[in-house]
Amino acid sequence: MIKGMFSRPENKKMYGKELIHQCVEIGIGSLGIVTIISIFIGAVSTIQTAYQLVSPLIPKSTIAQVVRDTIILEFAPTLVCIVLAGVAGSRIASELGNMRVSEQIDALEIMGVKTKTYLILPKIIAALLMIPLLVVIAMTLGIWGGRLAGVSSGIISGQEFDSGLKLFFDPFTVKFALIKSYVFAFIISSIAAFYGYYVKGGALEIGRASTKAVVVSCILILFADYVLSALLLKAN
Amino acid sequence: MIEVKNIKKGFGDKPVIQDVSAVMKAGQCNLIIGASGSGKTVLMKCMVGLFQPDVGEILYNGNDFTKMGRADKTEIRKQIGMLFQGSALFDSLNVEQNIMFPLSMFTKWDNKQKLNRVNEVLERVNLPDVNKKFPSELSGGMKKRVALARAVVLNPKYLFCDEPNSGLDPQTSLVIDKLIKELTIEYNITTVINTHDMNSVMEIGDYILYMHKGNKEWEGNKKDIIFSKNTRLNEFIFASEFLQDAKDMRMLERAGKISDDRNMDELLNNDAPQIIPPSDKE
Repeated sequence: MIKGMFSRPENKKMYGKELIHQCVEIGIGSLGIVTIISIFIGAVSTIQTAYQLVSPLIPKSTIAQVVRDTIILEFAPTLVCIVLAGVAGSRIASELGNMRVSEQIDALEIMGVKTKTYLILPKIIAALLMIPLLVVIAMTLGIWGGRLAGVSSGIISGQEFDSGLKLFFDPFTVKFALIKSYVFAFIISSIAAFYGYYVKGGALEIGRASTKAVVVSCILILFADYVLSALLLKAN
Repeated sequence: MIEVKNIKKGFGDKPVIQDVSAVMKAGQCNLIIGASGSGKTVLMKCMVGLFQPDVGEILYNGNDFTKMGRADKTEIRKQIGMLFQGSALFDSLNVEQNIMFPLSMFTKWDNKQKLNRVNEVLERVNLPDVNKKFPSELSGGMKKRVALARAVVLNPKYLFCDEPNSGLDPQTSLVIDKLIKELTIEYNITTVINTHDMNSVMEIGDYILYMHKGNKEWEGNKKDIIFSKNTRLNEFIFASEFLQDAKDMRMLERAGKISDDRNMDELLNNDAPQIIPPSDKE
């Protein structure tokens, strides 16, 4: 499938339009759920970290430090991508599956359109562009959500939280999160496209393909998460 | 002209098409008929390149489509229009965008030129004022006409129609058949139609290929088919008792035994089974 994607487009303008359409679908289409999840995960992280740090010897700014690293290293890239596997991945699989069973892909083939290049490549590129962007947004909103929850519940002052954020900050964590998000974006889009493009049967199979795409993507994301953490964090 | 030479196609151990040959000429409606599962859709999919035949040749004006490279196949495909059984309109695009799609993909026309052509073909299929409607807002017959408009928008040399009348009422089917026939003659297209609608066969069948269990059982035209002595073909086309009666009457009419409509009515009434109303049964 991947090999079939890389052929010369018949009309670059049409492919460009499709890419923009996919960016909007994946990026804007998932922004709402990413915003909600990020804010709440940040808030919960702050409250739970504060609950565990009971020793008076540990400064409160440590809460911000822990929340920051947890969100940047794990929650923003991994959790958001697992959610995106459900939102964007199932959408890609069901869109392509529906096109397959209703013969829309055959119609494109007969017109002379390279269907793998036209239908799959823009989705993968759009995912590679938009998912890391969503992860960055999730990091920002997660930390903001953590600060909001900490301040509003009186666990930590805004000043303490801000100073904690700057404490022992390693910029590599952001780089690591972005590497993960690129890998996860590829997994989400390619797995979903594979299951959708090769659907056989009817409406029931579209649902099955969509579910399978989400399950396989989630497992691969978790596996890739482990491998990347073992390789990159150890090396660092 | 399309020539099909000794095509064989199977899936796994199961042969679906066995040694089928046919010549389909330009400017006429070439019909592939047969019962469900007879292999007519597989044959059509082999002809358009969606399936690769195991053995045989598909010649488009003498060039073997099965042995062409990707680029040459694409060139042939640009000359092909196809009307699918389920219309295969793009759900996310409206009627205008659906028909404009091949123009945007394969021509360098500006928007005004493309829009003019879209309106021209929509008018040709008798569907003005639906430009902004989405496929979900159209009836089955309208969808078929939009799909037909999309299939002919690039002036194809070859038009393939997979069961164009499935799911349509007899009157709408007639409209679609006439439209296909008119377009075939108007643009001198080689039209290949896959159907088991006998009305279509009698209406537009210039060349008819009857398939039975993957084999070519019979070929001819609509005049030959009614008097054919092929048992399997007769079983297929006269599956309906009404058609069988019609055939008998036609035979008798030709023999001079039926002189007017009254005689025909009598004949029909005599042959018809006695229907007892439910109240009389008890």
